Amino acid sequence: MAKKLPTQQTATVNPLSLTRTLPHELSEAISTSLASYQKGISGNRKLRLIDYFLTFLVFLGILQFAFCLLVGTFPFNAFLGGFCSTVAQFVLTISLRLQTTGTKEIFQNISSQRAFAEYIFASLLLHFIVYHFIN
Amino acid sequence: MVTINDQGYITVNDRVLKLLKSLLIVLIFISITIAAVSSRLFSVIRFESIIHEFDPWFNFRATKYLVHNGFYKFLNWFDDKTWYPLGRVTGGTLYPGLMVTSAVIHNLLAKIGLPIDIRNICVMLAPAFSSLTAIAMYFLTLELTNDSESIANGTAKATAALFSAIFMGITPGYISRSVAGSYDNEAIAITLLMITFYFWIKAVKLGSVFYSSVTALFYFYMVSAWGGYVFITNLIPLHVFVLLLMGRFTHKIYVSYTTWYVLGTLMSMQIPFVGFLPIRSNDHMAPLGVFGLIQLVLIGDFFKSQLSRKVFIKLAIVSGVVVGILGVVGLILATKIGLIAPWTGRFYSLWDTNYAKIHIPIIASVSEHQPTPWASFFFDLNFLIWLFPVGVWFCFQDLTDGAVFVIIYSVLASYFAGVMVRLILTLAPIVCVCGAIAITKLFEVYSDFTDVVKGKSDNFFTLFSKLTVLGSFGFYLFFYVKHCTWVTENAYSSPSVVLSSYAADGSQILIDDYREAYYWLRMNTPEDAKVMAWWDYGYQIGGMADRTTFVDNNTWNNTHIATVGKAMAVSEEKSEVIMRQLGVDYILVIFGGVLGYSGDDINKFLWMVRISEGIWPEEVSERGYFTPRGEYKVDDNAAQAMKDSMLYKMSFYRFGELFPSGDAIDRVRGQRLSRSYAESIDLNIVEEVFTSENWLVRLYKLKEPDNLGRSLLTLKDNEKKLATKKGRRLRVNKKPSLDLRV
Repeated sequence: MAKKLPTQQTATVNPLSLTRTLPHELSEAISTSLASYQKGISGNRKLRLIDYFLTFLVFLGILQFAFCLLVGTFPFNAFLGGFCSTVAQFVLTISLRLQTTGTKEIFQNISSQRAFAEYIFASLLLHFIVYHFIN
Repeated sequence: MVTINDQGYITVNDRVLKLLKSLLIVLIFISITIAAVSSRLFSVIRFESIIHEFDPWFNFRATKYLVHNGFYKFLNWFDDKTWYPLGRVTGGTLYPGLMVTSAVIHNLLAKIGLPIDIRNICVMLAPAFSSLTAIAMYFLTLELTNDSESIANGTAKATAALFSAIFMGITPGYISRSVAGSYDNEAIAITLLMITFYFWIKAVKLGSVFYSSVTALFYFYMVSAWGGYVFITNLIPLHVFVLLLMGRFTHKIYVSYTTWYVLGTLMSMQIPFVGFLPIRSNDHMAPLGVFGLIQLVLIGDFFKSQLSRKVFIKLAIVSGVVVGILGVVGLILATKIGLIAPWTGRFYSLWDTNYAKIHIPIIASVSEHQPTPWASFFFDLNFLIWLFPVGVWFCFQDLTDGAVFVIIYSVLASYFAGVMVRLILTLAPIVCVCGAIAITKLFEVYSDFTDVVKGKSDNFFTLFSKLTVLGSFGFYLFFYVKHCTWVTENAYSSPSVVLSSYAADGSQILIDDYREAYYWLRMNTPEDAKVMAWWDYGYQIGGMADRTTFVDNNTWNNTHIATVGKAMAVSEEKSEVIMRQLGVDYILVIFGGVLGYSGDDINKFLWMVRISEGIWPEEVSERGYFTPRGEYKVDDNAAQAMKDSMLYKMSFYRFGELFPSGDAIDRVRGQRLSRSYAESIDLNIVEEVFTSENWLVRLYKLKEPDNLGRSLLTLKDNEKKLATKKGRRLRVNKKPSLDLRV
């Protein structure tokens, strides 16, 4: 799950045994992308808030997964409920981020307000199910 | 409202036109509903308001339990009347959607002061939902043939949508599963399938979290209603996957897919029968894989927007290889360790039609799992089946995201419908959509008479060709209605609990042997009596006779079914041991030899033999039931194993007495049993307690063990010797000395 997050993108590249210039080239590519990403969020407090929330969700997910690996999966539904809720909340938040910041041509019918309302609707639905699942 | 402008044209106010249009659409829907519902009522009019066939009897019984005991008791229902002596955790092993739906309707109607019998609700549920299906089809096709703006401002073209609605309303492929009384999961599942797809298409077009959530909600309802939900589970990811391959990734697809997947999966795990399957079974891995993939694609999309093309390709290749290797290794490891369940047999038989025949006789033995004969495509879909490819071709012409969905759905459903007869049901909706698209395009061109009116070009030939095409397609449409009505009337309206036939003077005769026998069981046997029958009749015995059964149509325990099959297939001596171990009280046999009813137990006998041969190959062998020349005989020349088998004896016991002046003739298999042979068929360990009017159902009671511990076989032999010595009649007809219990 961590791979999805823009702040953790270094994890996706694994410069194993390719030519010597390739790793260099790739790391440069990633750093330029990172720089432009930072430029994107620097002026926007809402975006930063969303991204902090996303990072928090990723850590929460990793924490639960590690706990499950160390202690065991016994109430499996509880673990699934908790873990899936972080994943689901993560993708929902990403969706919100795409809808509010993405180019206007793609989501022409969806205003920021509508996107946020839909986000809240889906989140409420999600947490209702999760509570049901956890028992 | 209506004005004549200065050029002499009559103009009608826009508002009035819109009003007229919506009025017309409402009227059309009312007519479609009437057509859809009334054609499904043949069975009620011809017969009566009764639950049909086999599975519906279980659903009906479960619904009654739900209505009487409430939802929580229903979820925790342990049924000790089936699968004796095991019982069944019914609440956790069924799809509760259907029962809950009818219970909710029942309670709602009771709340508003319309107390309707639960049986009538169950009988009428399928026709009621069929009209909803027609409406769902309308919206789905509307969404597929128009872009979202024109739908939003009301300028959408509704012709194709209306056509698809009426096609769906009366297509026999769908009616076969939704006549009044066929109270099965499919009755509501097809409606839900269509609604789910409608919201999915809408979600993809708008990229809206809300519509995705609604898709997930209806997906959940579908999961709760029918095992066929796996079709959606795989079709939607496939749609997304193909869109990704076509390079059509947009943020809309990301939003709609991920929202549907996370919510839908979490919700589907709330159904006890599904449980953790969505993360364990291989059938559900496709959506998970696409979910992972779409995350990577999103990251890739971000990089692509930032980097130069050359660098991006290098980056993509490196990360692609790494992720690919990790994924494959992970999948293999997970399957090896046992985290992911192996593919189920039913799934294999979808890909390889011979798989079931070789490995799982119990799946192959179900007639609706047989491959589809060609004729039944035409039978079930009529002229739509040849319009179908045309519609798909039109989808290729205008390749929107929705059209891609139609194409994928058509390809998959066509394949599956060819594999299993019952899956024509899932093909029918998309055939209706494609047929409607094709016929609409055709009418658009050929019903456009502006050229002719304006007097352009060679009038006569254009007019003639246009009229010919219109006329012929008008005829096809008319014929479609005719055909559907005829098929529904003749092929799909029989409850199969009550049979009908025609007397010599053409009047209809109803044969009600099943209910006669089940009623006898209900009234004359102790309440805890255990009835052994082949599994087809398990649900009916439970539903109508309310007696404990050993096996029923829920075929999860192959060994148990094989045990019953073995008890039927082996000789009396061996069978007695099995039946005593099982605790059998009564045995029910279906025999069609008198009536000429081909679906009887002798014709199903080979399946019993095959299934028990799968477990005990050294004791039962299929070859032994054929004559040396490889014929399946029941007459004097029948194979020895056949003559010895319990089922054969119970079927033909006293059969000769029906023909006092000659040879006994089995009217199903058209074979003659000579008089002396027919009289020699004798039973020792069981006694006949009931035979229905037309001999369709025969009931036997397993005799109590002898008080002195003698074997029943020798006892009967001694009796015979004594009887011949004293010159008495060989057989004394013993009526069971049981009081009528009302």
